[in-house]
Amino acid sequence: MRAMVYRGPYRVRVEEKDIPPIEHPNDAIIRVQMGAICGSDLHLYHGLVPDTRVGTTFGHEFIGVVHEVGSSVQNLKVGDRVMVPFNIFCGSCWFCARGLYGNCHNTNPNATAVGAIYGYSHTTGGYDGGQAAFVRVPVADVGPTLIPEWMSDEDAVMLTDALPTGYFGAQLGDIVQGDVVVVFGAGPVGLYAAKSAWLMGAGRVIVVDHIEDRLEKARTFAHAETLNFTTVKDIAVEMKKTTDFLGADVCIDAVGAEADGGFMQHVTTKLKLQGGSPIALNWAIDSVRKGGTISVVGVYGPVFSAVKFGDAMQKGLTLRMNQTPVKRQWPRLFEHVKSGVLKPSEIITHRIPLEHIAEGYHLFSSKLDGCIKPVVIPSAS
Amino acid sequence: MTYTAAKPPLPETPEQLRARIPGWGVDLDPADRPSSPKLDFRDDLTGAHWEFPDRQPEKYPRERSMEHKFLTPVFGTASPPRGVSGALRTLSYRKFSEADVAHWLILMAADRVDSMGSSFTSVLRGKPDNPITETGILGEFKARPIRDRFGRGRADTKHQWMDPLIVTTPWVLRAGVVYLVAKGLRARRD
Ligand SMILES: NC(=O)c1ccc[n+]([C@@H]2O[C@H](COP(=O)([O-])OP(=O)(O)OC[C@H]3O[C@@H](n4cnc5c(N)ncnc54)[C@H](O)[C@@H]3O)[C@@H](O)[C@H]2O)c1
Ligand SMILES: [Zn+2]
Ligand SMILES: [Zn+2]
Repeated sequence: MRAMVYRGPYRVRVEEKDIPPIEHPNDAIIRVQMGAICGSDLHLYHGLVPDTRVGTTFGHEFIGVVHEVGSSVQNLKVGDRVMVPFNIFCGSCWFCARGLYGNCHNTNPNATAVGAIYGYSHTTGGYDGGQAAFVRVPVADVGPTLIPEWMSDEDAVMLTDALPTGYFGAQLGDIVQGDVVVVFGAGPVGLYAAKSAWLMGAGRVIVVDHIEDRLEKARTFAHAETLNFTTVKDIAVEMKKTTDFLGADVCIDAVGAEADGGFMQHVTTKLKLQGGSPIALNWAIDSVRKGGTISVVGVYGPVFSAVKFGDAMQKGLTLRMNQTPVKRQWPRLFEHVKSGVLKPSEIITHRIPLEHIAEGYHLFSSKLDGCIKPVVIPSAS
Repeated sequence: MTYTAAKPPLPETPEQLRARIPGWGVDLDPADRPSSPKLDFRDDLTGAHWEFPDRQPEKYPRERSMEHKFLTPVFGTASPPRGVSGALRTLSYRKFSEADVAHWLILMAADRVDSMGSSFTSVLRGKPDNPITETGILGEFKARPIRDRFGRGRADTKHQWMDPLIVTTPWVLRAGVVYLVAKGLRARRD
């Protein structure tokens, strides 16, 4: 089969690989119909996630058709069309039993601090991902769900990670009616977070980024006010001014470890002297009001980051964060997509054949050609 | 006003927001939000029909975090450790917990050894790395590389060009230093 493989920082190619075999009685093998590249994949692509091995296949957002099932699989059969959450989770451990599907204890031997994710280095379990013609889906009775008749393929792919994560980010903000919500990052996650903040009753939503195409999308898709951070001298002062010097009620970090806007933070992150440049997180801490809430869905590496913890303490902030338990979000999000309140596929800008995925990574990473969300199509090769 | 008890006024009323934004307020009630409360016991186990999953056969000594009691019943089998990078990875899992920064630094070093070594062995295997196609740089022709980057208030264009260098160069240098030290030691021994 054809599969994307990692070759080293900033380098990927498409190779011939064996179709993955059943390794566990509850495995399924899925023939991928559509996948996507996520902002999280860029952290891997940039060589910033520890234990990213050459030859592994990325991709944790995909939908497809069941090709083969293991002997204990009861809920799926060959030919079913399924969407697969990015978390690999057992359903039965202490954490899964309490709904923390992003923190499963039975599927990632490599780390206890991180759940298991498809195609996301050995730090999240050493699984190959779905930027390929076929993919092994472990614990097949728990994660995958049949794609409803009425749902489009592109909406289904957005529901495997980006949309639930944006919605979850807004949820972690514990928004109450009339809250001023500031979203850092206008990538797919930030755009969906901004849109979701309105559903929870926000009174104002402000999106901060420096890429104009994305800020434009924040205005049209997410109905938000926008701020290009390169146009102001000091984000904290700007946010105080616009809130009559109170500060925002809720700030959402949808940027993560590779935030721009501070040169030394950036270089020290790339040099791996810290686990992530927490510029956006620090801006959130500075911009939120005292007693406010910070929601972090941006991803950081496992070693220390220079976070302004003292300010967070002095201000009495609530910090909430996690990997999204995707399947827990689905019932409510399915309703919103069905009713038309959310139209997730509207942010897709590029449809890339698997064979051209190296160019897809380059455009998405360098943010060229107005790229906001690329989907990957194996059969178009 | 912030210096008094009242909340600063908002530019739009709920009615205006509801009219402007499809779905405004549909999830106002926290009971409609799927992840609240955070810990919520589920009896259905979302389809799991076991108390503990079957154990996946371990076909090679699978590296694992020492913060786990045992090898988890389900695990990935992509790219088992091999060569020098594999030895470093195995060492890192065997000697250091996740709480120890040495664990992560050794894994990062192994990643660089892996990518440099793989470029080398790819030549021997007859599938040499091609820096032009693998970096996807040809995608630039489909974009407008200058217009998309400059004159539009982007903060990342200052460093974009050097990021691949920063990520890889220090490791190349460090590998060089290790090589020279090893060579020196051997020269002294002979
Ligand atoms: N928690 C989860 O489960 C989960 C799931 C998916 C993605 N993520 C993470 O969410 C983050 C965003 O994902 P994405 O797909 O939207 O990625 P993306 O790379 O497309 O978007 C990030 C955006 O942040 C902007 N940005 C950079 N520095 C900034 C700053 N200082 N202030 C404001 N904006 C800044 C970038 O220009 C970009 O538009 C990533 O860190 C990703 O790993 C987390
Ligand atoms: Zn993702
Ligand atoms: Zn579990």
